[in-house]
Amino acid sequence: MEYFLNYLYVFLIGGFVCMLGQILVIRTNMTTSRILVSFVLLGVILEATTAYDYIYGVAQAGISVPIVGFGASLAKGAISAVRTKGILGIFTGGLEATAGGIAAAVIFAFIFSLIFRAKTKKTG
Amino acid sequence: MNYKDRNKKYNEYVKQKIPKTRSWPTLFNAFWVGGVICMIGQGIGDGIRAIWPDLSGSMVSAYISIILIFIASLLTGIGVYDRIGAFAGAGSIVPITGFSNSITSPAMDYKNEGIIFGLCVKMFSIAGPVIVIGVLASAVVGLIYLFI
Repeated sequence: MEYFLNYLYVFLIGGFVCMLGQILVIRTNMTTSRILVSFVLLGVILEATTAYDYIYGVAQAGISVPIVGFGASLAKGAISAVRTKGILGIFTGGLEATAGGIAAAVIFAFIFSLIFRAKTKKTG
Repeated sequence: MNYKDRNKKYNEYVKQKIPKTRSWPTLFNAFWVGGVICMIGQGIGDGIRAIWPDLSGSMVSAYISIILIFIASLLTGIGVYDRIGAFAGAGSIVPITGFSNSITSPAMDYKNEGIIFGLCVKMFSIAGPVIVIGVLASAVVGLIYLFI
């Protein structure tokens, strides 16, 4: 039962975050870049104000799988690196914490774009 | 016809041609597709915790991201992710899978212009701003936390 509730929260909160994105698309015709940037900034702000941890306690993957989680780990990395390394942490913390995701995206994008060919898009 | 009139007419023409995303059912689609992607992430996380119970929370999150990025990149390669995107809108952009898609997709599209000048240069044409703004914002947060 606890398991079921967990997944329900993940679904509801994750879906809600994506729906916010869709509202942005409908109201402002935002491009993909702008949506991604605004949600990363949202994540950074949530983490910096420690609100993210409370949301994560309930939502888990519902908040960490949306790109908000990427922003939060950028900020979390910077905060913890500043505490352990001082000024150097300002520069190393953010990317250190998100290195896995960025490297994975680059590596898999490189491999799969070499293997597969883009379908010619039909533009009317 | 002076250029102001011409610009105005052109803007009106562009407005007509922009694909309209004002249909409310897309909100519902974005909601449930986004929710399902997050549930898949949660499932991957629970699976990893079952196999390696002593991993730290941040490492589990990193594995979830990497696996989802792998899946999304593969789906982009075989052309399935674009179809999900057409159906779900932001439901496919906001999750980390959308970040992966936004890197793989231009890399594939510009492969014909060469590995270096096409694939590698255009790879970050959509996701680049995310990393630039993200690094800047994390540096600002780090700077603030240095003093408190």
